[in-house]
Amino acid sequence: MAEAHSVDNPRLLHHFRNADQQFSSSKLGMWLFLFTEIMFFGGLFVAYIIYRAWNPELFTMAATQLDTMLGAVNTVVLIGSSLTIALAIRAAQTDKQKMIVNYLLLTIFLASVFLVIKYFEYTHKFDMGIFPGAYYTFDGIDHPKANVFFSIYYMMTGLHGLHVIIGIGLMIWLVIRAKIGDYSSQWYTPVEMCGLYWHIVDIIWIFLFPLMYLIE
Amino acid sequence: MSASSTTNGKTLKVRYFDIEENPTEHYLNAETGLKSWLFTVDHKRIGLMYLASIALFFFVGGVLALVLRTELFTPAENLMTAETYNRIFTIHGAVMVFLFIIPSIPAALGNFLLPMMLGAKDVAFPRLNLASFWIYSIGALFTLASLAVNPIDTGWTFYTPYSVQTGSAVILMTLGVFIMGFSSILTGMNFIVTIHKMRAPGMTWGRMPLFLWAMYATSIIQVLATPVLAITLALLIMERTLGIGIFDPALGGDPVLYQHFFWFYSHPAVYIMIVPAFGVISELIATFSRKTIFGYWAIAMSSLAIAFIGSLVWGHHMFVSGQSELSTVVFSFLTFFVGIPTGIKIFNWLATMHKGSIDMKTPMLYACIFLFLFTIGGVTGIMLGAISVNVQLHDTYYVVAHFHYVMMGGTVMAFLGGLHYWWPKMTGKMYNEFWGKISAVIIFIGFNLTFLPQFIMGSQGMPRRYYSYIEQFQTMHQLSTIGSYILGVGFVIIAVYLAHSMFRGQKAPSNPWGARTLDWMTSSPPAHHNFNYQPVLNNGAYDFHKPIADFTLGIAEDDHGHEHKGEPVKQQEQNA
Amino acid sequence: MEYVTNFFLPSAESTYAANVDALFHFINIVSLILLVGITIAIVYFSIKYRRKSQEDTTPLITHNTTLEVTWTVIPLILILIVFGWGFNDYVEMRTPPADSYEVYVESFSFGWNFEHPNGIVESNNLTVPVATPVRLIMRSRDGDVLHSFFVPQFRLKQDLMPNRYTYAWFEAIRPGEFVYFCTEYCGGGHSMMNGIVHVMDQDEFDAWTEDELGRDLDALPLAELGQLLYTREGCQGCHSTDGSSRVGPTFAGLYMAEREFTDGSTRIADEDYLIESIVNPRDLVNVGYPNNMPTFYGETLSERELMGLVEFIKELQ
Repeated sequence: MAEAHSVDNPRLLHHFRNADQQFSSSKLGMWLFLFTEIMFFGGLFVAYIIYRAWNPELFTMAATQLDTMLGAVNTVVLIGSSLTIALAIRAAQTDKQKMIVNYLLLTIFLASVFLVIKYFEYTHKFDMGIFPGAYYTFDGIDHPKANVFFSIYYMMTGLHGLHVIIGIGLMIWLVIRAKIGDYSSQWYTPVEMCGLYWHIVDIIWIFLFPLMYLIE
Repeated sequence: MSASSTTNGKTLKVRYFDIEENPTEHYLNAETGLKSWLFTVDHKRIGLMYLASIALFFFVGGVLALVLRTELFTPAENLMTAETYNRIFTIHGAVMVFLFIIPSIPAALGNFLLPMMLGAKDVAFPRLNLASFWIYSIGALFTLASLAVNPIDTGWTFYTPYSVQTGSAVILMTLGVFIMGFSSILTGMNFIVTIHKMRAPGMTWGRMPLFLWAMYATSIIQVLATPVLAITLALLIMERTLGIGIFDPALGGDPVLYQHFFWFYSHPAVYIMIVPAFGVISELIATFSRKTIFGYWAIAMSSLAIAFIGSLVWGHHMFVSGQSELSTVVFSFLTFFVGIPTGIKIFNWLATMHKGSIDMKTPMLYACIFLFLFTIGGVTGIMLGAISVNVQLHDTYYVVAHFHYVMMGGTVMAFLGGLHYWWPKMTGKMYNEFWGKISAVIIFIGFNLTFLPQFIMGSQGMPRRYYSYIEQFQTMHQLSTIGSYILGVGFVIIAVYLAHSMFRGQKAPSNPWGARTLDWMTSSPPAHHNFNYQPVLNNGAYDFHKPIADFTLGIAEDDHGHEHKGEPVKQQEQNA
Repeated sequence: MEYVTNFFLPSAESTYAANVDALFHFINIVSLILLVGITIAIVYFSIKYRRKSQEDTTPLITHNTTLEVTWTVIPLILILIVFGWGFNDYVEMRTPPADSYEVYVESFSFGWNFEHPNGIVESNNLTVPVATPVRLIMRSRDGDVLHSFFVPQFRLKQDLMPNRYTYAWFEAIRPGEFVYFCTEYCGGGHSMMNGIVHVMDQDEFDAWTEDELGRDLDALPLAELGQLLYTREGCQGCHSTDGSSRVGPTFAGLYMAEREFTDGSTRIADEDYLIESIVNPRDLVNVGYPNNMPTFYGETLSERELMGLVEFIKELQ
C-alpha cells in the first residue's frame, strides 16, 4: 500500500518523514502490543499447564462440566467474526465506505453472540454452585482441587471475554469514524490495527477451546 | 558547501548546519503554563516530568531508608515497632523499585535523549508516550493511596501466602504496580518502534550510540517480561478477593509457583534497571576519554545477550525455596553466563580509557565510581550464583548489599553521571563542577561505608528484613547506619547545587563535552522539535578522530516536503 | 588467615561447611584480584592519559580480537570452575546419609517445634547428638505462611511451606550451641523467630533424652506447664515477658491490668478474660495491636494447659 500513502496525506503526523514510515511504525507498534498480550495470557497458560501436569485426572473430570456444543458454536462465531473484520479492512482498502460500516457491524454482532452464549454458560455454572476458588460449592466433581480448575477457567475465559468487550468498544468507535468517512484507501490504519487485535482475541480462543472443553 | 550522502539507495542533498548557541527560543519556553507541561507530547518535556517524579520518589524512598537505618542502630526499639518497620522496608523497596529505579534511566533520560540521539523529532507515538506518563502517575497514586489506607507489610516481593493473609492494603499496592507496569510496557514498545523506524538518514544500526542499543535491549525486556508481572499481580489480587487458590496453599495453590511467576518478571526487571546504566556509561567513557569506543559491537551485542540470558535465570532467587534440585542446578548454570557479557563490557570500557584523553569531569568521576562499585556488585553476584555458597547467603544482608551495589552503585551512579552529563542539554545551564566532585566523593565514601559492612554481617549470618538482631552484628549495623547518613548528605548537596544551577548557573554551550552523538548537535536547550534541520549521518557515534563539524550534516532542502508548519528553517551555510 | 576467615564467616560447624567456605574464599580471592586490577587500571589511566589540552587527539582503536577473546575465555573458564564446585558441594548438601537421625520440624508464626523419633517434642530449641547425620523433615503449619530454617554455622538453609515437605540435613562436628534464624520474611515476629541448636556428646544426649522422656507433663505444677507451653506454642514470638512490646501485648504485669479494646470497651484482665483472649483472640482486640492472633488455640490446648498459661501469666507481675 506504499503508493497509496502519499506524501500530502493530511493524516501524516509532523514527526514522521512520510506516510510509509508512519504506517509501518503503527504496524510494528501493534505487533509488539499483540506480543505483550500473548505474554499476558501466557502466564495463565503456564498456570494451566502446571496444574494439569499435577492433576491430570482433575482436568478430565472437570471438563465434563463444560458444554462442548456451546464452546464449538462460539469457536465458529469467533472465526466468522475474524473473517468479517478482514473484509472490513478490504472494504477500506478498496474505498467501499458503506461496506466498512456493514462489515464492522456484522463483526460487532458476532462478538455479541459470543458474549451472550458465554453469559448463558456462566450463569448455568453459577446456578450449580461452580464459582471460582473459595466460593466454589459444587459437589459433582470428586477432587479436592476442583475449585482450582474453575478458577483457571474463569480467569482465562473471563480475561478473554474482557478482551472481546474491549474489541466491541473499539469497533463501535470505528463505526462512528467510518460513518463520517474517516477511512479510505488513503488511510485506514485504525481499521487494520483493530483487525489485528481482533485476530489475536480469536486465536486465544482457538487455544482456549480445546484446552478447556475438549479434554478426554 | 554541498555534499551528497547515500542512504537506502537514495541520494540525498546534504550540507553542514551551524548550531545556534544559547537560543532565546527553545523547548522549555516554546509554550508556557502548567497545561503546556501536563498535556505536552514533547518527549523532552515528558522526560523532564519523569525526572521530577522519580526525584520525588527517590527522596521518599531515601528518607525511608534513613529511618530504617536509624531503627537498626541498636537491636532494641528505637523509633518504631516491628509492624511499622516491616511496612517501612516494604515501602522503601516498592517505591525504589517500581517508582524510582525502573523508570529512572529509561523513562527520564531515555525519553529525553532517545529521539534526539536518533535524529528524530519525537518518539514514534508521542501521545502514547504522554499516556505512559499519566498511567505511571495514576499507578503512583494507587500506591500512595495504599500508604494512606493501611501500608503494606509483605516485602516488595508480595510472596504468598503472607500477602494473601496480611491485613494490609495489598490490593491497592499491587493494583498500583499493575498499572505502572502498563506504563513500562508502553514506553518499551514506543522505544522499540522509534529505534526501528525513526532513525535519521544514514543512522545505520552500527552507527547508533550505545545508549540506544542499551535502551533497545531494555525495551525488549520490558515488553517481554512486564505482562507476566501484570498477570501475576492480577492473579494475586484475585487470590485475595475471590480466593482462586492458584498461589494460596490453604486453597490448594502453590507458593513456589507464585515465586516462579514473580521472578520471571522481577529478575529480568533487574536488567531493566541496569542495562540502561551500561548505555549511559558507554557514552560517558567515550566522550570523556575522547576516544572511539573499544569493541562497539561487543558492547552493543552484550546488552542484547544480557537481556536474553537474563530472561532465563529467574530461578536463582529460589535455590532454597523448595524448587526441584534440578531446576536449582540449571538456573545456577545459566546464571553464570550473565557474567560473561557483563565482564566484556567492563573490560571494553577500560580499554576505551586506555590511551584516551581523559577529562575527569563529574560525569566521568561517576563513571569511574560506577566501574568500581559495579564490579563489586557483579562479582558478589557470581558468589551468589554458586549454589552451595548461596545456601549460606540467601536472604541475608549479603544479598541486600549485593543488590544495592548493583542497583545503587551501578544504576544510580550511572544515572547521576548521566544527569550531570546531560544537565546542560536539558536545562541550558552548567552545574557547579567543584560541588559536583565533592558530592561524588562523599557519596562514594558514604555508599561503601553503608554497604560493605552489610556483606560481612550477611556472610556471618544476619538475615534480611530483621527488625531486631543479636548483639554480635551491632558494630556492623552501626557502621552501616553512619554510612547511610553520609550518603544522605551527598544527595542533599547534589539537590542544592543542581537547583541553584537552574536559576543561577552559567549558560551552557551546545556541546560542552565535545561529544559526537546527535543529541549534542543541537542547541542547549534544544529547539521545540529537537533540531532545526533534518540530521543525516555519515559517521559513527564515536568517531572522535573526525572534527565535530563533520557531525552536523543535514538535508539541504527537505525534499520530502514535510516541514513542520510555522517553524522557520534557520539555516546558515557553513563555510559560506 | 584464621582471623580473615572468622571475619567473614561464622565458625564452620557441620561436615560440609568447610567445603562451602573454601569456595567462598576462592571466589573472594579471584574477585579481589579482579577488583584491584580494575581499580589500578582506572586510576592509572586517569592519571597517565589525563587530558593535557583541549586539542588532544587519540588513536583510533576500534577493537582487538585477541584481547577480547582472552577476556571472554578466561572468565568463562572461571565461572565453569565456580559452577562445578558449587554444584558438587550442593549435591553433598542435598544427599543425607541413609541412616540419619530424623527430626520433624514444624514452623509457625512465630516459632518452631522439633519432634524427635522417640516422640520428644522440643520448642524453639533443637537438641541433637554430635557426629550424627541429622535429617530435617520440615513443613510449615497448615494455613500458616512460609518460613526458612537457617543455621549460619552449619551453612544450612531451607524454606518451609504449608503445603509440602522440604528436607535438609547436617552433621555437627563438635558439641556447642548454635543460633538458628528464620530467613523467610513471615510478618511481625520474623526477627524473633530464632533459637538454639544444642549439639551434645552422645552420652549427654542420651541423658537428655531419658530426662525428657521421663518427664510427666501432667505432674508439672500449672505455672511450669504454662512456661513450657509459652515457648512450645509460640506465644513468645509475639508476647514478651519483660514488658517490651512485640506483635502483641506483653505478658508482664498483664494480670488484673485494665485493657482497652478497639471497640472502645475496657476490661480487667482476670482469669476469665485471659482464657477468653486465648480461645477467641479476635473478639476483643487491644488498642495499638494488630488483629492477627491465631484462633486455633481453643481446639489444640486442653483445659489444664489453658489454666497453666494463665498461672504462668499471673506469676509475671
